[in-house]
Amino acid sequence: MSPAPAGGWTTGRVVTLDRIGDRLVRLRLDVADRVDHLPGQHYVLRLRAPDGYTAQRSYSVASEPADPLLELMVECLPGGEVSGHLHDVAEAGDVFELRGPIGGWFTWAGEVEAVCVVGGSGVVPVISMLRHARTHGLLDRLRVVAVGRTLAELPYADELLAAGAFVALTRENLGDRVAAPPYVEEVVPLVARAERAYVCGSVGFASFATRLLGEAGVRADVIRVEQFGASG
Amino acid sequence: MPVTRGFGGGPRRGRPDRLPPGQYDTGRDWPVLTAEAQPVIAPEDWSITVDGLVERPATWSWREAHALPGSTYFGDIHCVTTWSMLDTTFSGVSVDTLLDHVGPRPDAAYVMAHCSTGYTTNLPLADLTGGKAWLVWEYDGRPLAAEHGGPVRLLVPHLYFWKSAKWVSRLELMARDRPGFWEQNGYHDRGDPWLEQRYQGDP
Repeated sequence: MSPAPAGGWTTGRVVTLDRIGDRLVRLRLDVADRVDHLPGQHYVLRLRAPDGYTAQRSYSVASEPADPLLELMVECLPGGEVSGHLHDVAEAGDVFELRGPIGGWFTWAGEVEAVCVVGGSGVVPVISMLRHARTHGLLDRLRVVAVGRTLAELPYADELLAAGAFVALTRENLGDRVAAPPYVEEVVPLVARAERAYVCGSVGFASFATRLLGEAGVRADVIRVEQFGASG
Repeated sequence: MPVTRGFGGGPRRGRPDRLPPGQYDTGRDWPVLTAEAQPVIAPEDWSITVDGLVERPATWSWREAHALPGSTYFGDIHCVTTWSMLDTTFSGVSVDTLLDHVGPRPDAAYVMAHCSTGYTTNLPLADLTGGKAWLVWEYDGRPLAAEHGGPVRLLVPHLYFWKSAKWVSRLELMARDRPGFWEQNGYHDRGDPWLEQRYQGDP
């Protein structure tokens, strides 16, 4: 395995910033001296106060490598020091310190057939994978199960549906599917050819999703997990 | 580097004397971060082997490990994802106790910690000796939960927490360093939080 690309500290200027609902903010950044990432990698974003105090958090990249801008979708967490700033204060034209890309494990660039089971803001790295797959004609190698409470709360819901992802909503019906987490029988056909599985979401979601994949017949040693706890 | 417009640092959480640069105090909320599916390991199926460049390779079962002199760590832990948790209590056995039994050979300088999931992480031997590292099976007086690496994890609290391998099953002493799981994936070979050794290429 060749090492994944890695970049040092640089800066990014916010080109567009969209607040989506009351919990999500999408930033598209023009990154100085950008090192192209692999789908699934993340960046660290750092805030700096006038006295030098800093706060930094990691965020998955939503954009594909071919995108001239770097796209992040940040969920605002209660009391989140960084996400709160991005949601409440940040605006287009702001410049942030960025470091990345980082991480060489939770990546997919089309090398194997894969299935992803992702929940809530855990869909973000898979959006990068889907966009990359679409650009390179690899969509038939990537199956996606995306879980959200409602369509409005699921980041990139329209894009997921348009890309053929299986969307399971737990709090509202979607078409003729009654609100429920994904069932094993719904997942089995999607894992049939997968040589690798990706799970991303909260801790509770990740343990649910790894169990679900196991029940659907996926071996534990091909599952790659990215979990996030409360890190505002 | 530029000052962030509109960012004053707000209500700073935590203790500046206890928090390494770039870290925040997570309080009692212990995030779970894992790269692999969480294994289910019954204590009676767990064992720890210490081998490689040692005089007398040895394996301890759960019961045998508990028969060794116990040791407790009281202090702080720091995760590379920027949370720190202060005033934790972990109990188990000091890695020194295991190393005293096996007798590291003079050419042993590094250790690869292996886990039952296949996860690995590399450390200088010097970071595992001198009362700085433990195998632990209790957190705050209760059995260590599986999601936090139970039944037994490595604890090396003076380094970033990915070095404290969950579900540890083997310590392999080596003459030369070689990268473990995260270290192959862009993370630092040593990982000192006070030097912010987060990623490969950091000082």
